[in-house]
Amino acid sequence: MNMDAQLAAHLSGGRQAGGTLLEVKNITLRFGGVEALKNISFDIREGEIRAIIGPNGAGKSSMLNVISGFYHPQEGEVWFRGEKRRPMRPHQIARQGLARTFQNIALFKGMSTLDNIMTGRLTMMRRNMLWQALWKGPAEAEEIAHREAVERIIDFLEIQHIRKKPVGALPYGLQKRVELGRALAAEPKLLLLDEPMAGMNVEEKEDMSRFILDVNDEFGTTIALIEHDMGVVMDLSDRVVVLDYGRKIGDGAPAEVRANPEVIDAYLGVAHE
Amino acid sequence: MALSHQTPEDACDTFAKLLDRNAAVRGDRPAAREKALGVWASWTWAEAREEVRALAMGLRELGLAPGDRVAVVGTNRPQLYWSMIASQCCGAQPVPLYQDSVADEMAYVLDHAEVRFAVVEDQEQVDKLLAIADRLPMLERILYLDPRGLRRYDHGRLTALSEAQAKGREHAARLEPEINAVVAAQTGAEPCVMLYTSGTTGKPKGVVLSYDNILKTSRASAAFDGLTDRDSILAYLPMAWVGDFIFSMGQAYVTGFCVACPESAETMMTDLREIGPSYFFAPPRIFETLLTSVTIRMEDAGPIKKRLFDHFIGHARRVGCAILDGRPVSTADRLWYRVGEALVYGPLKNALGMSRIRVGYTAGEAIGPEIFEFYRSLGVNLKQLYGQTEASVFITQQPDGAVRADTVGVPSPGVELRIGESGEVFYRSPGVFMEYYRNAEATAETKDAEGWVATGDAGFFEPDTGQLRIIDRAKDVGKLTSGALFAPKYVENKLKFFPDIKEAVSFGHGRDHVCAFVNIDLDSVGAWAERNNVAYASYQELAQHPRVTGKIAAQVAEANRSIASDPLLSACQVRRFLILHKELDPDDGEMTRTMKVRRRIIAERYQPLIDALYSDATEVFADVEVSYEDGRKGRISATVRIIDAETVEPAREIAA
Repeated sequence: MNMDAQLAAHLSGGRQAGGTLLEVKNITLRFGGVEALKNISFDIREGEIRAIIGPNGAGKSSMLNVISGFYHPQEGEVWFRGEKRRPMRPHQIARQGLARTFQNIALFKGMSTLDNIMTGRLTMMRRNMLWQALWKGPAEAEEIAHREAVERIIDFLEIQHIRKKPVGALPYGLQKRVELGRALAAEPKLLLLDEPMAGMNVEEKEDMSRFILDVNDEFGTTIALIEHDMGVVMDLSDRVVVLDYGRKIGDGAPAEVRANPEVIDAYLGVAHE
Repeated sequence: MALSHQTPEDACDTFAKLLDRNAAVRGDRPAAREKALGVWASWTWAEAREEVRALAMGLRELGLAPGDRVAVVGTNRPQLYWSMIASQCCGAQPVPLYQDSVADEMAYVLDHAEVRFAVVEDQEQVDKLLAIADRLPMLERILYLDPRGLRRYDHGRLTALSEAQAKGREHAARLEPEINAVVAAQTGAEPCVMLYTSGTTGKPKGVVLSYDNILKTSRASAAFDGLTDRDSILAYLPMAWVGDFIFSMGQAYVTGFCVACPESAETMMTDLREIGPSYFFAPPRIFETLLTSVTIRMEDAGPIKKRLFDHFIGHARRVGCAILDGRPVSTADRLWYRVGEALVYGPLKNALGMSRIRVGYTAGEAIGPEIFEFYRSLGVNLKQLYGQTEASVFITQQPDGAVRADTVGVPSPGVELRIGESGEVFYRSPGVFMEYYRNAEATAETKDAEGWVATGDAGFFEPDTGQLRIIDRAKDVGKLTSGALFAPKYVENKLKFFPDIKEAVSFGHGRDHVCAFVNIDLDSVGAWAERNNVAYASYQELAQHPRVTGKIAAQVAEANRSIASDPLLSACQVRRFLILHKELDPDDGEMTRTMKVRRRIIAERYQPLIDALYSDATEVFADVEVSYEDGRKGRISATVRIIDAETVEPAREIAA
């Protein structure tokens, strides 16, 4: 290995502040008579870490599911990379450059860390099943290239020691990390993280925070995350959207949001006269 | 050019010259390997030389001058090893530091060594150095290997290693002759490296070793075990430790063997298995951990496998060591051992990464005879050596065929040994250090005018074998009120030989009997608890579980029986003990970074517990401050039970 190659990798990519990457306009989402999201609008700028916070049942996960294309809102529009998004299936959206992790880990338990992360490359594999069955030739070359990309992620997330272990046997914090790895493997423009630190201890939270910052810094990936831990949100994010009962009640820099009386009420449950 | 009365080998009296020789003689043989991105990358000696020279030129361009010192901080990486030689090519001395030291510990060493340049592995180390940079006016430049996370740092004093190399290559026409001149002018008598001793007491001392110290010792010890450039080694122990410098640098450059660096500390076991080194060093702790994990896995194995394993391991215990040592063994036993090799020993050694080990060493602490013989009976040629930083490692080592668990061997080639009147061991050898840096007083205390060095260890030669046996640190050997000898480490080692006991600290100097603190081994006791339906939520809870204390009490009694069998030390039997409510930890200053207990600090921190041990109390409330990895402080408290241990009666009469 050449040290020059490492330097070149270091100088490419990286975080830049940019224009709007994603914009949601007047989103309303209903499940039967329940209005999960009411007329929500906000934007995510290229290169930023955008947090979506709010108490339980505020509609955070619903919002993320709208962005990821899993839910189709009854009203409103999603604009991604300057284009209005037509209704699409989730895998089509994934091909557009969007990847996510889940609140309840959704990995293939019996498969190894390596294989799980490899599934993240699926949208980028070009050879059809016939070629893959033949194995030799183009499919092999392609797999080697993908394996290298996956190994870079394994190195980045410092999970070399569990490369070949089935993920079902791993502790929770590591599973979360593998899931992040799988999302990263898709080389997304926008990474959606649904409660990346839920259920973690302080040390695991610190590690995960470090990785989120590093992803943003090294790869220039735009990140939207849902999180409960206010300390984490305030430290990590550039801007914060606050939801409560499906309404947007705050939007701005962490310090601004924290000072917003409506947000304080929503979090601390102050009685309204 | 070599002078006529020197062999060409002796002409290579520095690392830079040895690197040139290796690049010329075995340019296409592998010099270094590292697992990166899941694949083993390797560099030949010719490539290694190119990398080192480019870096040396880069360092010179950045202003590194002869006589400077360069700190090297990080895990074992080929580039960090090269940066040590590159520094030497500029006439500077490398000072490798323990990469897990906290910033304050580093500040002391960096300041004391007057370090101008630091080569570090990654962001973590850069952050540490920047945090203490205000206190280090001498520190000018920090070079880093891994750029991750450092992009947005102020690069006023930061440089990437690759950038330094690029700079060096750019100006090669001017710099190369300058480097060549420095390298040609260097002699073996000059300082080669400065290694800080971890310091069980007081501030660490900087041991200055010359090229002659390192290379003469490396040549002699490599010849002792017949090492050649066909051997290979896995470099996984701290670079700041003298052993790693001798094995991964000294012997590697002298013989030209290949040094492999693991992917990360956690993958060491997998990497060991993949590389299959022929030459291996590990402290007893590693062998213990490996054996514990094998035992735990065999407990969970199916009945057929388990019986097969127990039978053949039993056979190996009976005849394995004798076969390895070449002693007479019946043909039937030999044949059956062959069957065992095919069914059990071979696969097991393969799983442990020990299939190809030709020479293995352990040192640093005493190793349990059970553990030691387990590996030897499998056919792993594990031996013991005794050494210290001030001796460039080797003082004594065991020759093939004369290996014992309780001795440390005969004097290494070129080493003279004598035992002082107090029982302290003294040595004189070509490896004896030049001085303690900026500490003439300590140098004079340790090394006398004739070059004899006090080891600080008490020991004696066994009359029948001529091998040295170490009892304890000379200053730790105390006396009970009865006048009987008290050797704390001897007692602690007897206790630690049980897999369930991870650490032990014993007290007895100036007391009428011996008491001890014990740490249980969470892996071993935890696995036992799982099998026996003992529920627990934490180390603290498991440690105080009545069935665990009972189990440990039985082991202490067993250790007492073993101690009683040695007439000189039979009074050292443990009368009362307790299981500490927290694990001893270097972050709390209770152990050194090399995992040796600091008895004095522990005695201060746990004074109330010691008082309780020497009273009639059956339990005591313990409360201590602890430091977390991020530097915050907290307290851990619990009620700890005190247990009376069974002792062997006649022992007291012998002692009196």
